[in-house]
Amino acid sequence: MLYRETGQFKTTYAADQAIFPIFQDRVFLFAIIAFAYIVIPLIASEYWLQAVLIPLLIFAIAAVGLNILTGYAGQLSLGTGAFMAVGAYSAYKLATGFPELNIIVVFILSGVSAALIGIIFGLPSLRIKGFYLAVATLAAQFFLIWMFNRVPWWYNYNSSGTIIAPPREVAGVMLTGPTATAETRYLLVLTFCILGGLLAKNLVRGRVGRHWMAIRDMDIAAEIIGIRLLPNKLLAFAISSFYCGVAGALLLFSYLGSAETEAFDIFVSFEVLFMIIIGGLGSILGAYLGAAFIWLLPIFLTNAPQLVGLSMPVDFQKHLEVMIFGSLIVVFLIFEPAGLARLWQIGKEKLRRWPFPY
Amino acid sequence: MEFLESVTITPFVMIAQDFPVFFGEVVFNGLLTGVLYSLVALGFVLIFKASGVFNFAQGAMVLFAALTLVGLMELGLPVWLAFIVTMAAMVALAYLVELLVLRHLINQPDIILFMSTIGLTFFLEGFGETLWGSNVKKLDIGIPDVPVDVAGMLFNSFDLIAAIACALLVTGLAFFFQYTPTGRALRAVADDHQAALSVGIPLKKIWIIVWSVAGIVALVAGIVWGAKSGVQFSLSLIALKALPVLILGGFTSVPGAIVGGLIIGVGEKIAEVYWGPAVGGAIENWFAYVLALAFLFVRPQGLFGERIIERV
Repeated sequence: MLYRETGQFKTTYAADQAIFPIFQDRVFLFAIIAFAYIVIPLIASEYWLQAVLIPLLIFAIAAVGLNILTGYAGQLSLGTGAFMAVGAYSAYKLATGFPELNIIVVFILSGVSAALIGIIFGLPSLRIKGFYLAVATLAAQFFLIWMFNRVPWWYNYNSSGTIIAPPREVAGVMLTGPTATAETRYLLVLTFCILGGLLAKNLVRGRVGRHWMAIRDMDIAAEIIGIRLLPNKLLAFAISSFYCGVAGALLLFSYLGSAETEAFDIFVSFEVLFMIIIGGLGSILGAYLGAAFIWLLPIFLTNAPQLVGLSMPVDFQKHLEVMIFGSLIVVFLIFEPAGLARLWQIGKEKLRRWPFPY
Repeated sequence: MEFLESVTITPFVMIAQDFPVFFGEVVFNGLLTGVLYSLVALGFVLIFKASGVFNFAQGAMVLFAALTLVGLMELGLPVWLAFIVTMAAMVALAYLVELLVLRHLINQPDIILFMSTIGLTFFLEGFGETLWGSNVKKLDIGIPDVPVDVAGMLFNSFDLIAAIACALLVTGLAFFFQYTPTGRALRAVADDHQAALSVGIPLKKIWIIVWSVAGIVALVAGIVWGAKSGVQFSLSLIALKALPVLILGGFTSVPGAIVGGLIIGVGEKIAEVYWGPAVGGAIENWFAYVLALAFLFVRPQGLFGERIIERV
């Protein structure tokens, strides 16, 4: 960046292993977090919080989860939407079945139930890999969504088949339901997002993360050097699904308010996969950047014609949007297959020496 | 208990009762659908074999081809001319995909190529509907659609003709691969890219050819499905139907795609008719996947896939 790390000596192992070893980086990070917590709720309008920031952060959680599985452990999954659905429906059942249970605990528990389902659908990964596995995870996608549609127990036998997030409060503050303000919901999601990111970052740079990366790079070689595939692959599925489950629960409780299974269909899986590919496989920062890019791009495309004073029929514009979205993805993949995280890294290196070109 | 009985006993009793006429109808209808699945799966296999690209856009290509054909017919072109023009469009598409996308992504990891085909899917869906509109269109190519009685079983004449046409196409493709120089070159590329290059096979040309063939296969699939259920957005979703066929048959095997398609078609129909009522119906969406998944536990490389040998 525009600063040097000169003179910052590491005198302890703890300092050497820190996530952000450079003082200025830490300041920068805390500034961003403070901005997100204090300034954004004050200045952002209802529309920005509700339509942009809340879903963006929720999808960032899911993207971190999928990045653990696909980017770090190398197991391609197309079942993200289904695992999010498991989280959402579990949260709904828990919240309506045990009304006195703290809603935060409900979110965590629905993550755990998604993790259990993830382990079950992760079992094929021991036999198959690559695209065969991706198609196998599609089985999870279609089967789970079908089950949530067909078994009325999941939506408490109501006639519409819709699940509605009940209002719940913690310590006197309304967190979910129609009366919760956009600001509180935003702060709740933001907290989950930051804690989740911190946890993921520490997981992937520890022992478990190294095992995952070894498996990703070549699982046979990993097995030969003594990494047990069964527990490690299943752990990757479990943790990834945990993140997706929490994200799904938040999607229902903090963003949508009420949902049907269509909210978790296969296109959600693709969307999250796009996020981690565009953001950068095997990078936690990339998951956040990718989520922001993929969520903001369609919003930008929707609003761009009005900004330049162009008006066109609605459905024509919708198709054009899809078309431009698709081609931008392809263009992006051609120019930077390693993703936004790599661009960020390159930019940082360049800025470090700026204004000198060497 | 009641549920267990409805799953484990009742369906078999029903099958025994329906034997042979109605059960035969179910099986044959399954086979007819299976032929169509094979057709879509074939497009996947062709491209995967020749370039290692898992082409998710196959479904979008089906939609795009069908939309173009219908659009041209609405402009007043006769069927045969519209067919030829659409075919030319698919070849042009193949050429453009190679020129604009694949060429720039050589040596990238598989998943990047896969994602780029998803991007292509979005593009084609958007492009097709921008060009031709998104209303459901009727595709009428003049094949009679009347019930036909074959050995006491009732069939739809359209289904029969479509199945025969598909079977002919598949046989033709098999001959093309087996006996023409281009087909031989294709198989060589599928076997080993570098070796193929070193004996002078032009890789880029081969890619254009396989994408064109996949495009034409998509056109035929689009005509058949489109005439059955109207040309609409959901056509691009039949790609998802073809995926279990692929894992069942193996990603790299043409016979696998055909046999896999037939197995999935029949299995799905039987399950829907006899097991569907017990679990609440509409199981067609996932049954094929579960069937393929169960199969994978026994043979991870699919029915006809090459045995996977891994070395460090």
